[in-house]
Amino acid sequence: MNPPPALTRSDIEDFLFAEADLLNNWRLPEWLALFTDDAVYYVPSTDLAPMASPQDNLFYIADDHFRLSERVKRLMKRSAHVEFPRSKTMRLLSNVRLLAQDAASLSASAAFITYRTKDAVTDTYFGTHYYQLARDAAGLKIREKRSMLASDGLRAQCRISIII
Amino acid sequence: MPHDIGPAVKIDEARATFSVARRNFVDPGILQAEHDRIFNHCWLYLGHESELPGPGAFLTRAVGGRDLLFTRDSQGRLNAMLNACPHRGARVCRERAGVAKIFQCFYHGWVFGADGALRGLPGAGAYQPDFAQRPQAQLTHVPRLESFRGFVFVNFDKDAVSLADYLGNAREYLELVADQSQAGMGIVGGTQEYAIRANWKLLAENSFDGYHAATNHATYLDYLKSTTGGLAPIALCGTGRALGNGHGVVEYKAPWGRPIAQWIPAWGDEGKARVEAIYQNLVERHGPARAERIAHSNRNLVIFPNLVINDIMAVTVRTFYPKTPELMTVNGWALAPRDEHADDRQARLHNFLEFLGPGGFATPDDIEALEQCQAGFSNMREAPWNDISRGMGRESPAYDDEAQTRSFWSEWNRRLFGEPA
Repeated sequence: MNPPPALTRSDIEDFLFAEADLLNNWRLPEWLALFTDDAVYYVPSTDLAPMASPQDNLFYIADDHFRLSERVKRLMKRSAHVEFPRSKTMRLLSNVRLLAQDAASLSASAAFITYRTKDAVTDTYFGTHYYQLARDAAGLKIREKRSMLASDGLRAQCRISIII
Repeated sequence: MPHDIGPAVKIDEARATFSVARRNFVDPGILQAEHDRIFNHCWLYLGHESELPGPGAFLTRAVGGRDLLFTRDSQGRLNAMLNACPHRGARVCRERAGVAKIFQCFYHGWVFGADGALRGLPGAGAYQPDFAQRPQAQLTHVPRLESFRGFVFVNFDKDAVSLADYLGNAREYLELVADQSQAGMGIVGGTQEYAIRANWKLLAENSFDGYHAATNHATYLDYLKSTTGGLAPIALCGTGRALGNGHGVVEYKAPWGRPIAQWIPAWGDEGKARVEAIYQNLVERHGPARAERIAHSNRNLVIFPNLVINDIMAVTVRTFYPKTPELMTVNGWALAPRDEHADDRQARLHNFLEFLGPGGFATPDDIEALEQCQAGFSNMREAPWNDISRGMGRESPAYDDEAQTRSFWSEWNRRLFGEPA
């Protein structure tokens, strides 16, 4: 059998823009379905080395798939007080790069700006998302999403209560 | 002082009510008085000894409105200095942390040792021969630097009581953390740096408030129930205690796992064996009663005015400072045994992040609560008082009463207005 044709940057952009669209519209259970069962989601603290491990360093967020699914469950409840009433969010992606690929996996990165507005206050999150993607006949899934903030901590944003 | 507007704290023993004026959270005059009478005179947490592991290690940190340079010099001694060149005032160190033998001010090139002494003066011939030895040519040390069981504090009042006397009854609770490991405790890499758009005192109150868990943290409690294998079969119960000098603590049992040392099924049989070995080591070192207390009790400790040490599903060290009456900055760290097994460390940090910090399942809802309180204070002209009466008059206050919070406010009131507690 021939290997599947290589994906292009614009294939990756389509996938990432669709992911952003689900998040912008608070369609979190559908967003969660983009992840593999062994997926992880990381937001490291900003005073750490770029590829520091969450096993022995304090992050802001280090979710395995179970906790990511619990995060989604939590955010869909009225009792997730920090997101009640729900904030309005807008995610912009740029500088998308396809870093490597083989038949079953890809790595990619994208610069991001995420705006979160609640009670007439807008917080801005920015940095780079690093993706490890899995590819099979059904398409792409996210195996790892690592969101590296380019700010000094969360001094300006106060919290990270949404999926950036 | 705007005290003539009315009392800041109103206590009615007969009716068992304790009220705090909402003005205390919004008034710039109050904030100025807090700088003058609290932050300039109380012992303030600078850092943990483990953050400067060897000679030459340094870090810079904002403490009490100052920028400090915290170093371990070539003799291994700790130094805390104002990070300002004696020449024209520029910061001599602009890095966050590292290792350095000397610090050179980039403006005119003056060079200082890790002990703050002037080591190099470009064009020294243009100065008087003894100039480099004069006090005004050296970095200025903070007036007082003392440590207790690895926790390092500064005081900007040279006449302050000793740190040990200031900590008083709170020492017992710092010991219960410091004694968790024979190898000593250390700060884990990574700092949570965030802010809350609310008055700083709201976070002191919140950090040892046992009353808000059921509603404010409902989603966290839901999450705990759905974790693999469930929890330890233990109900939330315990006591609150005013420790004097404004310090306070709540101490209680809880169903979550504690790396030292309360096992939960999610940690498996290997985890169980390690937790049992840790427990046994505690018994050998401290006897059965103290071992039980260290391992199975949780403690939320507030050391007046702004140090929180929560020994719960993980250990967090947290400080916070006002920027304005309505904005604070917060730093959070994780403290752990230096010799912790890699799997236990992973479980500890997993625990930490499920509750704590601005991306956790609980802290963001605390942040929301504090910001909503601050927003509510805009109504203070017609609705001027907060109530802190819960459990007043009870002989033994519960963990979800407010005795510890009244302790904080009594000391705050005494320091600002000289009124007895």
